[in-house]
Amino acid sequence: MADPQIGRSLTTRVLVTVLLILVFGGCLVATSTWWNGRQAARQSYDRILLGAANEIAGSILLDRSAPLVDLPVSAFELLAQAPEDRIYYAVIGPGGQLITGLDEDLVITPPGRSGDAIRFFDAALDGEPARFVGVTRRFVEREFSGPVQVIVGQTLNARQAMTRSLMIDALWPMALAGIALLCIAFLVLRSALRPLGELADNLSRRDPYDLTAMPTQKLPGELQIMLGAMNRFMGRLDAQVQAMRNLISDTAHQLRTPVAAIQVHTDTALSEPDTEGRDRALARLQTRTRSLGNLLEQLLSRALVIHRAESIPRTTVDLREVALDVVDREDHLVLAPDAVIRLDIRDVPVPVRGDAFSLGEAVRNLLGNALRHGKQPIVVGAAQRGSEAVLWIEDSGTGPEPAVLKRLGDRFNRSTSSGEQSTGIGLSIVSSVAEAFDGRIEMTTEGGGFRVSLIFPAEES
Amino acid sequence: MRLLQGLLFCILASLAVPGVAQEAETRIGAGDTPFLMRSTTDIEIIRPTIERFAALNPDLAITYEQWGSNDLFDISRTECRADGAQADAIFSSAVQQMVWLVNAACAHPYVSPMTQALPDNRRWRNELWGITTEPAVIAYNRALLSIEEVPRDRFAFLDAMRANPDLYRNRIATYDIAESGLGYLFAHSDSLEATTFGALLEGFARVDAVATCCSAQIINSVAEGRYLIAYNVLGSYVLNMNLPEVGMILPEDYTLILSRGLMIPKGARQKDAAGRLVDFLLTDEAQRILQRAGLVIGTEPAEIGLATSARRNIPLSPALLVAKDMNRRKLMLRFWSDTFIRPEMP
Repeated sequence: MADPQIGRSLTTRVLVTVLLILVFGGCLVATSTWWNGRQAARQSYDRILLGAANEIAGSILLDRSAPLVDLPVSAFELLAQAPEDRIYYAVIGPGGQLITGLDEDLVITPPGRSGDAIRFFDAALDGEPARFVGVTRRFVEREFSGPVQVIVGQTLNARQAMTRSLMIDALWPMALAGIALLCIAFLVLRSALRPLGELADNLSRRDPYDLTAMPTQKLPGELQIMLGAMNRFMGRLDAQVQAMRNLISDTAHQLRTPVAAIQVHTDTALSEPDTEGRDRALARLQTRTRSLGNLLEQLLSRALVIHRAESIPRTTVDLREVALDVVDREDHLVLAPDAVIRLDIRDVPVPVRGDAFSLGEAVRNLLGNALRHGKQPIVVGAAQRGSEAVLWIEDSGTGPEPAVLKRLGDRFNRSTSSGEQSTGIGLSIVSSVAEAFDGRIEMTTEGGGFRVSLIFPAEES
Repeated sequence: MRLLQGLLFCILASLAVPGVAQEAETRIGAGDTPFLMRSTTDIEIIRPTIERFAALNPDLAITYEQWGSNDLFDISRTECRADGAQADAIFSSAVQQMVWLVNAACAHPYVSPMTQALPDNRRWRNELWGITTEPAVIAYNRALLSIEEVPRDRFAFLDAMRANPDLYRNRIATYDIAESGLGYLFAHSDSLEATTFGALLEGFARVDAVATCCSAQIINSVAEGRYLIAYNVLGSYVLNMNLPEVGMILPEDYTLILSRGLMIPKGARQKDAAGRLVDFLLTDEAQRILQRAGLVIGTEPAEIGLATSARRNIPLSPALLVAKDMNRRKLMLRFWSDTFIRPEMP
């Protein structure tokens, strides 16, 4: 069931992205708070260090022309603010000799030379990184003069602990906010993707033979587009399936009678003893066969028109050219060799979106009807009326009776008066074409005669 | 290789400091693992405690070495510098020296619920633990001073010296801080604790108080009646000597309380066992044994007649480094020697 090609779900993708963004942002923030925390810890503990060094510097006495340090306990209590840290102190005289200090064997001095009275520096204290300050006090007395340097240092445990706690204090609300954001993102995503999920459910539950449109109400715009396209596709598929079904049933329905008649006529012709009777029967057989050919052509033409309407991309067609083409091909001469057909077109093009072949078929059928049922002269015309393009055929008759008019366009509408030649399919082709290109059929009886118009929306130029 | 180095170091160390050696040595326990404890505490005082520890840890063969505090400090420092520690535990009453060693990164940290339960002033860096609680007391001769005459606090002591300078002349003793590390530590702590220190020294000067050496001698002299009062002697010695003539007062204004410090040297081989020793010494059982030895004062105020608020633990903190500072010591000794006369050597 699981397709290895299947991509990760949208929720996963978005959540992973959000998570990555949050982690990245979190790293940036963590680095920044760590740096800030480190600065803050460094500043505050540097102050303590400096305070202790200043206290020690202030406690240097001159004792028989030599400096002596009355080491203040308060300086060490200050340093004990960092209770877990080891301490270093030394007081160094002008000649570099140790006046007093933690350890005569361990003298740590600031690197390089500088005239600054206060110098902070980093160095190792018994193999552990530590921070030091050097404070210089200058003595200018009769018995003693020169700089005395106080160096106080401390390991970094308290600084690191403070950095850590500052960072954690700043980070845990952010971590909570991050988790909250992730949860919100998940909820938002879930609610946003719910229609998609419902759609997927709907699709997976759907009968594969069901080609009806899916409901699109209340769907977000993006899905409307997708679903609309799918519905259109299914509609076309449905129409084609329907057309095929119609074609098959029409063909079966239409062919059964003529083929049976042809069989009867053939039998008659074969059983007719005399030549005259056989000729008569053969003549009837010929008429029937021609009629069958005609019928087949019409059926195929209609099928073709419907198929093309569904499958051929539409192009811009000038209705004048369609009219001209039909008149020029003179197919009608087979039907009525002496017919008079006039063309009524102007200089202005009459463009519509459609398929020239299908439109031509429609016009041919209308012309055939006019020739069969109407009175000459017949006019074929095309013109643009406002936003509509009209292709019309007019004969000089009065048109069919209202009862017939009402049923026009139905398939196989064959009346008793239709005669052998009629198949009853012509107008259904016309109406299919009109429908296919968003047009309609109008039948009017005006002063001059009976006019059938195919009206399409004109293409904007 | 390491063994060779150790051996070589041993030889070199013994060659380098030929005069320095422990004062006494005892072996307790018959296990397979040698365990060396160096201490300033008299073996006989602490023996029951160590024996109990050995009984609980039969795997150990404990060697208990008794050292003078300065010698112990010197050898510990030398071994720390050379990364060749011999001892597995160091236990000293000279806590300023212990703080110095810890500050010099010579100690190995150990954390357990027992050590965590110690108050802050008896623990530093999880490397130094205050095991005992021993008060600095005023010892007096019961025969020569009635209980009413004995000063209960330092103010009364000052008043007494002022009122009867002739009675006390030459008959007040205290540690010679130049000789005794413990005396120096008490004097240092006194100087931090109250302004009475200056007045007290003046008072001592006025009655020609005697600064002398060694707990045992001072207490014996009090018993003999040579001194009426000995100031700031370690209560545990008074209790241990158990002389009927000698009474003991815990000053009511404040009483300094010393906690002997125990540390595990960073190079100790039996760190594990040393950790067990720390934990054991802090158990109620060990504390009771130590209390019987006089090394731990009771916790009930009624028991010892000392209000909890008057107790001043000498805190194990880097501030004790001041007590090791050479300039500070020089100034202190000068101030001290200006005040005291030394006893004529017999």
